[in-house]
Order: sequence, then C-alpha cells, then structure tokens
Amino acid sequence: MTAVLEPSGLESSTLEPIVPRPRRRRRNLVPNLLGILVFVVATFPVYWMVLTSFRRGIDIQQPTPQFLPNPGTLANYRKVFRREFFWTAVKNSFTVTLIVLVLALFIAFLAAVAVSRFRFRGRRAFVVAILLVQMVPAEALIISLFRILDGWRLINTIAGLSLTYLAFVLPFTIWTLRGFVANVPKELEDASMVDGSSRLRAFMTITLPLVAPGLVATGIFAFIQAWNEFIFALVIMNRPEKQTLPVWLQAFNEGARGTDWGGVMAGSTLMAIPVVIFFLLVQKRVAGGLTAGAVKG
Amino acid sequence: MAQSSTLEMENSPSMERTEHVDGITPRRRRVQPLPYLLLVPATAALVLMLGYPIVRLLTLSLQEFGLKQQFGAAADWVGLRNFREILHDPEFWAVLRRTIAFCAVNVVLTISLGMAVALLLQRLGKGMRLMTMIGLMLAWSMPALTSTVIWQWIFDTQYGIANWVLGRQGQSWLSNPLTFYFVATIIVVWMGIPFVAFTLYAGLTQIPEERMEAAAIDGAGAWQRFRDIVVPALKPILLILTSLSVLWDFRVFTQVYVLQRAGGITRDTNVLGVYAYRISIGANQFDKGAAVAIVMVGITLLVTVFYLRSMTRQEEL
Repeated sequence: MTAVLEPSGLESSTLEPIVPRPRRRRRNLVPNLLGILVFVVATFPVYWMVLTSFRRGIDIQQPTPQFLPNPGTLANYRKVFRREFFWTAVKNSFTVTLIVLVLALFIAFLAAVAVSRFRFRGRRAFVVAILLVQMVPAEALIISLFRILDGWRLINTIAGLSLTYLAFVLPFTIWTLRGFVANVPKELEDASMVDGSSRLRAFMTITLPLVAPGLVATGIFAFIQAWNEFIFALVIMNRPEKQTLPVWLQAFNEGARGTDWGGVMAGSTLMAIPVVIFFLLVQKRVAGGLTAGAVKG
Repeated sequence: MAQSSTLEMENSPSMERTEHVDGITPRRRRVQPLPYLLLVPATAALVLMLGYPIVRLLTLSLQEFGLKQQFGAAADWVGLRNFREILHDPEFWAVLRRTIAFCAVNVVLTISLGMAVALLLQRLGKGMRLMTMIGLMLAWSMPALTSTVIWQWIFDTQYGIANWVLGRQGQSWLSNPLTFYFVATIIVVWMGIPFVAFTLYAGLTQIPEERMEAAAIDGAGAWQRFRDIVVPALKPILLILTSLSVLWDFRVFTQVYVLQRAGGITRDTNVLGVYAYRISIGANQFDKGAAVAIVMVGITLLVTVFYLRSMTRQEEL
C-alpha cells in the first residue's frame, strides 16, 4: 500500500500548481468557518462595548439592536468625564500603578540577578517559595490583610494599596526577570572583565542593556496587574474619593442598575484601552513565562 | 560555619561539585554577602505583605474576632471552634460543593475548548490564523472587571442582546442560580480560552509533522492520532494548564461578585472566595471568615504541590 502511495504522492506534489484550487478551498471551508466563529465570539463582546459607548441612550434601549454606531454620540464619554470621582479614580489608579511598577521592577531585578547569577545556600528554597507564593489566593488573604492594614492605619491610603500590590506582583515579576537575566550569557560579562572592567561595570554595560527589553515587558505586565486589580482595591479603598478605576466603574455599574449602559460601557472602554494596548505589546514576551520549558518535554 | 561559607559567583559547572568537598579543599572561599543583600528588599516585602498575612489569617481563625474585637476588645483564643462551627454549617458545605462543581465545569470547558481552538489554529491558513489569533488576543487582554460588566450588559434582562438573539424577551438571567452560573461560566471560559489555546498551539507546533504523517499512512484516523500522538506529546503542558486553571477558577471572585451585585441573589450563588469576603468584611465575623479562607488556602496548596511537581520536572530551577 505504502509502496504504491509514495511515488504517486511525489508526483502529485510536483503537480501541485496544476491541481485545481477549489478542492483545497473546500477542504479548508470548515476550519475557516470555525475560525471566523472563534474570531467573532472572541471579539464581539469587545466590539459591543465600544459600540454601546458611542450610542445614544434612546438607541440602546431599542427592542431590536443595531450593529453599527449610527447615529453616534460622544455624550456617554462626556458624562463619564463629568461624573464625580472619575478623575480622582484615574489619578489614584495611575499613582498606585506607577509606584508598584517602579518598586516592583527595582526590587525584582535585584532578586532576579541574585537568583540567576549566583549560586548560594537557600537559592533553590527562595525560587520554590516564589513559585509557591504565587499560588496563594489573594481572595483568602484579603481578610487578614484588611485587619493588618487597619492596624497600621493604611486603609484608604495609596501607600497601603501599593504595598499590597507590590507583594502580589513581585513573585511573578521576579520569576519572569529571572528568565531574562539568565538568558544573557555570563561569558559576555566575563569577557568584558578580562578586558579590565570591574564586575559592576561589566554588568552595567553588557547585561543591563540586554535585559532592558525584558524589564520593559515585565514592567508593563506589573502595570496591567495593578491597573486591573479589583478585590484588594474594593476592600482597602472603600471611600469614594479613594477608589481606583475598577472600583469606581463597579460603583457606577451598580448605581446605574441597567439604565445607563452607554455610560458604563464608555467607562469600561476608557479603563480597558491602556491595558489592551500594553498587553498586545508584551504578550509574546511574558506569556511564555508561566509554562516556559514545558514544550520541550 | 566553614561548610556554609561557600557563597561564590558561579564560574563553572564544576564549582557546584567542589562545594561538597569544601572542607578538604586547601583554598578557603570567603563568604559572599552580595546575593543575600540583593534578596533583602524582595524578601522583606514578601514576608511583610504575604507571610505575615498568612500567619495572621491562621491566628484569626483560632481566635474569637467579631465586631467587639474590631473596636479594641482583646481577642480570646478559641482553638478550633471556628473550624468546628463552619464544618457544622450546612451553608459552608453548600458553598464548597458549589465552588468545586463550578471550578470543575469551567476547567473542563476551558481546557477542552482551548484544545479545540489550538487544533483549529493549526489547520488554518496563515491569514485566517493570524486573524483568529488577534481576536483571541483581544479577548485575553480585557480586564476581568470590564469583561464581566460587558457580559452583564449582553445578558441584560431588558435590552440585552442575548435575549434578542434567543428570542426570550425579558428573561432574567441572574435571578436564578442555574442561569446565573451559566453566565458566570461563559465569562470565565471566554476569558480563559486564549491563554490555553495559545500555549497548546505552541506545543502542537513542536510535534514533528513526520510522526503525524507516518501515523496517517499507517491508517490511524484523526481521533487515533490525537489520542496516541498529540495528547501524550502535550501531556506536560496539559498538566500545567489544568493545574493553573484549577487554581484560577477555584478562587474566582470578581465575576461572581459583580453578577451578584447586579442580580440581587447572593445566598445561592456564593463561591468560597465571595463567601469568605461576605462573612468577614461584610458581616464582621473575621474569625469564621478566616477559617473559611484557611480551608481555601489548604485546598489551593494541594493543587499547587501537584502543579509544582509537574513544573519542576520541566525546568531546572
């Protein structure tokens, strides 16, 4: 059977350009349709959010939905901008996120260098602890964290929330950066040291620039996590003027009770935009971190 | 002390071996404090904001801690009373059962649909594949809160497009536990598929094509090839993805919380994380909430051990 197949297989491959196209197209019809289905299911909710945010209330509340923003309006966005505590929420979110980003990157970078450039007693234990600690559900710790921060008078403070986020972002940040640092061959540094540079100088001039893209990617990831976080912010920042954007949006959503979908969707769109942009920029670099190495078997 | 003072920059692989015979090597190495110094800030942050809360959670669960203690009364130690109480509370068991069932359904759906999408991506032509991947990436990038709010809008009773598509005018999805969980599942699975699909697709591209072709020539059908070649080759990734999904879906909070606030029923839709939040921060029973949270951490730990074992087998730490 195979003996017969082989030569004919070879022959047909040389004839490929002459083989009529419709056959190939038919073979791909089902996968292509499924591909379109997956695309639509994945993107429709996002499209629906953006679309609703540009529709007038009267058009949103129609028995038959329309799928194009015609006539469109910016009223929903104006409403969001004017809504109380929106700008304080934006400010709070940016402040917390930036603090977490800078601190997390700095601290995690030091730790990543220690773990990937040195052999020392306790190194393995630290790495295992980092992996283990990532799995602790924040939802469980919120109870004691609330008590602790309350005792320290850090409830409703940027410092309290930033500190919390820092601890929860660090494990992943260290784990990811560790990979980036380890990927820069130490021999490069050694070579530069042979040429007379000090270890620190070699590190600054050789390793740091090579790790820079990794720092950017990891930093953006920390940004996204802090920007999106909901539960801690809900509990720790419970005063309206202390809300971060997700908590503000949820309060808006609850208050609207299904009567102002245009406004809620405009708020959602505004909150999602920075995340979507950043995420698309770094997804390739960071997403591998969770399962790195698993593919090789 | 002499044995432990082998902290040195790693210069060559052989260095590790000499550690064991350090006592008899003529040259004494000096202690390198640098790696420890570098770890100080990270360790401090983690101990303070993760380690201490874990310990405090444990002590809270062994104390009486209600409204009185919040306002300064001394917290008495009550041993395992809080655990006894929650374990005798039928509501706790109902919540636990619900959480496990919800988690199981969502993990099975996420992994199997993610696998299906990964296989689909492999069969698509270049252009279609790129388009599908961009779509998935967009869904993946959405914040959990916004995703939940969007789906809440899609399933809105009055003007939701779901009711229009299904021709069910005025169907209230969130007021019945079963349909409530149907919506919650859609959100969780919708958000979970892209990561699973991309990871599995990356794994699929590593399987040598010759092996699939050889099996096809030997007469293996598509299902057989999937079962005998694809699944065994992807087994390590599947294990990791499944454990991660279990961990993520077991602790689901945002989706359930937001839908509860929109629909009004909480008692019949609580999952473990939301339940612990409600009895502690919502109802000031921090002691019992902590006990529930400890149970949650315990179950998580079991899954994590399993996850770490499959992870460490893959990668040199």
